Amino acid sequence: MNPVKVLFFATLRHQAGVRSTEIEIPEGITVRQLKERLVERFPGLDWQVMDHCLASVNQEYCADEDIIPPGAEVAFFPPVSGG
Amino acid sequence: MELTREEILRYSRHLLIPEVGLNGQRKLKESSVLVIGTGGLGSPVSLYLAAAGVGRIGLVDYDVVDSTNLQRQVVHGTSTVGKLKVESARARLLDLNPMIQVDVYNVPFTSANALEIAAPYDVIVDGTDNFPTRYLSNDVAVFLGKPNVYGSIFRFDGQASVFYAQKGPCYRCLFPEPPPPGLVPTCAEGGVLGILPGTIGTIQATEALKLLLGIGDTLIGRLLLYNALDMSFDFVNLRKNPKCRVCGPEADIKELIDYEEFCGVPGHDHESGSAGADWDISAPELAARLQSANPPLLLDVREPHELQISWLPGALNIPLGMLAARLSELDSAREMVVLCKAGTRSARALELLVSAGFRRVKNLKGGINAWAREVDQNLPVY
Repeated sequence: MNPVKVLFFATLRHQAGVRSTEIEIPEGITVRQLKERLVERFPGLDWQVMDHCLASVNQEYCADEDIIPPGAEVAFFPPVSGG
Repeated sequence: MELTREEILRYSRHLLIPEVGLNGQRKLKESSVLVIGTGGLGSPVSLYLAAAGVGRIGLVDYDVVDSTNLQRQVVHGTSTVGKLKVESARARLLDLNPMIQVDVYNVPFTSANALEIAAPYDVIVDGTDNFPTRYLSNDVAVFLGKPNVYGSIFRFDGQASVFYAQKGPCYRCLFPEPPPPGLVPTCAEGGVLGILPGTIGTIQATEALKLLLGIGDTLIGRLLLYNALDMSFDFVNLRKNPKCRVCGPEADIKELIDYEEFCGVPGHDHESGSAGADWDISAPELAARLQSANPPLLLDVREPHELQISWLPGALNIPLGMLAARLSELDSAREMVVLCKAGTRSARALELLVSAGFRRVKNLKGGINAWAREVDQNLPVY
């Protein structure tokens, strides 16, 4: 298993009820698969928001199909539109 | 372009910085910036760029100043409530610095006029309040080969970056598709800390100035994420998306599209307050129905803290975000009127109720604000 640290930003923080969490994931899973696991673990998380948010792995932008490396810090940022 | 004696005195503090100096200040005088939107972000952006001596500033907006703007839109004032935003802003900018030129475009920024409006400017600043216009300003910047200084805000969170397809990613590299309509609340629905656009807007102004002067490291290839409550600044390194449809090697979008259709929402952050004529009930109609023998149930889908501002007696409060999980508390046989602040969230709640099988539901058109205007003037409008 691969421990990763997850950070939630903006509305995701309210939905999850926490700013960050540690989660054990099997090696080789993708960002999208991690999103799915997080929605199972935090029922307040809205899948549609997770599906459309920006994700970073170790402060680098990542796509849904990217594999998460061991020990990574993964952050999720929902889109905002106000001005 | 030479500086006059008055300009040399005015810009003295810039001339003392080696990175700006006389040559930099001349550059600024020859430069031009288009600011799209004269709202929360456009206010500090245009004020500071005017003060800094950017020779020509273009302002695009078609709205008028209203009093709910003044909590954050500091380029306007109480004396300009009801006036065109571009005229209100132009007067303030020229008062701050009469040595610059301010061009105003009192029109919606659309696919029909955007390229023509933006073409003469060196830098575009995205100070819009909605997704369609954000995608439009991004694509305009990509097609014209100009940098687009991006900023976006909600409640306590802000984002900023510089999207410049020639040197880095564009907005679409990050967000290829807009979120589904209604998923991301607007500031009119969810509110925003008044100072937040000041923080993000001054960062946008700083980036615009650096681009014009060619100094420093800009936010090209980086996204800044700011949270005012934590006072945290996080950065994400961005990369060009090889599959980007406007700036990637196999880009297939070569001209501007219909952005309202693409995003499924209108290109402005104004609440229509309607769920469609068949589903709406006006405030006076509701007042009459509440006097009848079989009054409908009132379902208020606002957040609990909003009830402290105004409320209707007897209304059941289930915030929109919890409605799906609490449908079992509602009797689908009973007639029901759904309400919120201005009718936007209640229209969304109505969609949810109808798709769950509720049929005897209506939307209070214009929300409790319409009730406060048309039925009970003792209630405040917010």
